[in-house]
Amino acid sequence: MGEFVIKMPDVGEGVAEAELVEWHVKPGDPVREDMVLAAVMTDKATVEIPSPVDGTVLWLGAEVGDTVAVKAPLLRIEIAGEGEPVAAESPAVAEPAAKAEAKEPRTEPVKPQPAAVAPARSAPAEPVAPEARKPAERPVPREPAERPLASPAVRLRAQEAGIDLRQVTGTGPAGRIGHDDLDQFLARGPQPAIAPTGLARKTATEEIKVTGMRRRIAEKMRLSASRIPHITYVEEVDVTDLEDLRATMNDGRKPDQPKLTILPLLMRAMVKTLGEQPDVNATFDDDAGIVTRYAAVHIGIATQTPAGLIVPVVRHAEARSVWDSAAELARLAEAARNGTAAREELSGSTITITSLGALGGIVTTPIINHPEVAIVGVNKIAIRPVWDGTQFVPRKIMNLSSSFDHRIVDGWNAAVFVQRIKTLLETPALIFIEG
Amino acid sequence: MKEIVCKLLVIGAGPGGYICAIRAGQLGVDTVIVEAGKAGGTCLNIGCIPSKALIHAAEEFDKVRHMSSASDVLGISVEQPKLDLAQTVRWKDGIVGRLNSGVLGLLRKAKVKIVHGPARFRDGKTVEVETETGTQVIRAETVVIATGSEPVELPSLPFGGPVISSTEALSLTTVPKRLVVVGGGYIGLELGTAFAKMGAEVTVVEATPQILPQYDAELVKPVAKRLAELGVQVLTDTKAKGLSGQGDALLIETADGREQSLPADRILVTVGRRPRTEGWGLEELDLDRAGRFIRIDDRCRTSMRGVHAIGDVTGEPMLAHRAMAQGEMVAEIVAGRKRSWDKRSIPAVCFTDPEIVTAGLSPDEARDQGLEVRIGQFPFTANGRAMTTQSEDGFVRVVARADTNLVLGLQAVGAGISELSSAFSLALEMGARLEDIAGTIHAHPTRSEGLQEAALKALGHALHI
Repeated sequence: MGEFVIKMPDVGEGVAEAELVEWHVKPGDPVREDMVLAAVMTDKATVEIPSPVDGTVLWLGAEVGDTVAVKAPLLRIEIAGEGEPVAAESPAVAEPAAKAEAKEPRTEPVKPQPAAVAPARSAPAEPVAPEARKPAERPVPREPAERPLASPAVRLRAQEAGIDLRQVTGTGPAGRIGHDDLDQFLARGPQPAIAPTGLARKTATEEIKVTGMRRRIAEKMRLSASRIPHITYVEEVDVTDLEDLRATMNDGRKPDQPKLTILPLLMRAMVKTLGEQPDVNATFDDDAGIVTRYAAVHIGIATQTPAGLIVPVVRHAEARSVWDSAAELARLAEAARNGTAAREELSGSTITITSLGALGGIVTTPIINHPEVAIVGVNKIAIRPVWDGTQFVPRKIMNLSSSFDHRIVDGWNAAVFVQRIKTLLETPALIFIEG
Repeated sequence: MKEIVCKLLVIGAGPGGYICAIRAGQLGVDTVIVEAGKAGGTCLNIGCIPSKALIHAAEEFDKVRHMSSASDVLGISVEQPKLDLAQTVRWKDGIVGRLNSGVLGLLRKAKVKIVHGPARFRDGKTVEVETETGTQVIRAETVVIATGSEPVELPSLPFGGPVISSTEALSLTTVPKRLVVVGGGYIGLELGTAFAKMGAEVTVVEATPQILPQYDAELVKPVAKRLAELGVQVLTDTKAKGLSGQGDALLIETADGREQSLPADRILVTVGRRPRTEGWGLEELDLDRAGRFIRIDDRCRTSMRGVHAIGDVTGEPMLAHRAMAQGEMVAEIVAGRKRSWDKRSIPAVCFTDPEIVTAGLSPDEARDQGLEVRIGQFPFTANGRAMTTQSEDGFVRVVARADTNLVLGLQAVGAGISELSSAFSLALEMGARLEDIAGTIHAHPTRSEGLQEAALKALGHALHI
């Protein structure tokens, strides 16, 4: 018997490590060529690691959640015959998750699924001998109306334990629930009992391992919140005129051309202000004690995606017109949401905009995108009565909630920055006047 | 009379009621059971058990009668046999009696108090029983209604005189010369076949186009063939109109609308059973109904708190083993255990010649649910045991999901095939796939090999066809 070592493959240019997000096998499991062994996640995508050989898993080199360097041994497989002492790194790199669905595996009756996506309703299409159950075979999800597949003894145990078997994943043939599955379910803590009528106490807790995207978000937020003393400054801005201007500009657009939102106008106003206050358009390397000021203005746009918060970057906003900014904004948001944004499009910002405007809310306390020193938050526009000296008039009011790194930006400077943006937004013609 | 106060009161000591009471007693629940007739209900006294006794006697007689014909292939010859039906009925009554006292013994062993007499609800917690010694009032925390069902009467053919129900048919002391069976369901055919084997000229009158309408045509075919061999005349699409003037013939209307007269010494009406919902004070409780039946939920609870119902009074299928399972479940619920109805199949057996057994979904039922199915069918003509017992008619059929091979249903028709029902039910309850059945060694030579072969056939590699 020989041994075959599978190493973390080179999962993409410029990527030195990847996080292991899922094992499909455990030591002792038989594997077949092309069977999916594991899923790893880089900044960009989830990648599945297939087996290049037939054999038996001997050893796993990492736990779910571990970060593994490229070329580091990932798992060892015992194979029949000579074996290759100099063991190869995993030769085949699986398709990125986004494309994995299109790939038809040769030997697996169940399609490998990207880690983040719930397994599709698929099941072995051809008769499989009972002993040939594959370790990577995904449980077959049931249709809601279908009765759970379990023996009478398992059903009785579940009833006595107050478990609704529809909540339990069966790992047996055809999705059958066995005693092992119940054990696992019970080990994960008490679950909500079959709901009696009326209100009832619920005591369930669920532990979810923070991995992948969520873990990176968590680390980034911890870094920002623990290292940066934030000062948050909120001001209200009368955007009535700006909104009129925007409406006028949009009127001339053909139906197939993108319409302007308020963000490109805010970006132009920020570019103009940052020219006067370069200390706000900066990054702070606090370990080295160096602030780097940038001539370029790369504006990060905090974007909610199905996978979580990411920040695509509109590069060189100083060189972009309002329309150009709008187009770039739309392109990046789309790329971020469908997971096709390139690595360089997701890094390198010098200041960030966060907008929860669509959801409402009058004030936010934005967390700075480390190592930047400022973030501008946009709140919802609301029509409010404003005293114009003789009477109340309805005006469109929008709050800006902005945070600054108080180590670098003094409160006074922060206020000046926001007041300057306010002036530009309230008299939008100023945005477009050169000099 | 002193009031009885108890935790659980069961009304009716049929298979559902007595099982419920025994199980409750085992679990230490203070239980009382009320029965107006004899313990064991329809099943034991005038249903399953006596009919099987009669069917057995008729089969034995038929076998011997065949041997007495000159050309018996086995080489056995006997004198012309005779049947003393009165003796047969005494033997049958003996068995029923043994079982009656057996049930009473089991109830006593489980410390269940038995009260004899018709019960009547006063309210949801209180029942009056007219016993031989006076009115007994029983108060209970929980009541289980297990009043069962009774044969349906045809308005044009009220029971009495030559018109009999299955109950009377099981106690006839002479074989009628000409028997007309109205209703070609399983009860009518089981009894009709038995009487034909005992020497009666039997005619079956069925209003629908097929006898045994709940089964598919393939399953019924061997039964129809055997009926023809036995000389039973089957008239489908034919309606019974009433008794002739002299009461010695049945007036019928055939498919083409012609009126006919069928001479008959006895007319057995087996057109179904209805839940027994009258005569015991159901109107006092005003329980929700589901059609003619009492509506129950998955814990056999009725619309009134503390009142459960089980068995035939709660709906189809009206089968003893369903009632028993419900009774057991309710007893455990009353004892404080968490239970709900989660059975996957209620097998059904038809003791015709040959027998039919079904469990789970038929091919058509599975397809109606939008499932893609694979079907395997193995004929007994290819089974050694069937050949050596001179009964090669019939087959075993398995229905499975095409995508997962999960077994959805099992059906069979053939001699003695009712015993396969345990394998069928077990496969369904355990969630077997075709591979599980195919991979199980089935003893040779038995008819049960047909089950394994049917599974192999569905998988595409049957070995003996």
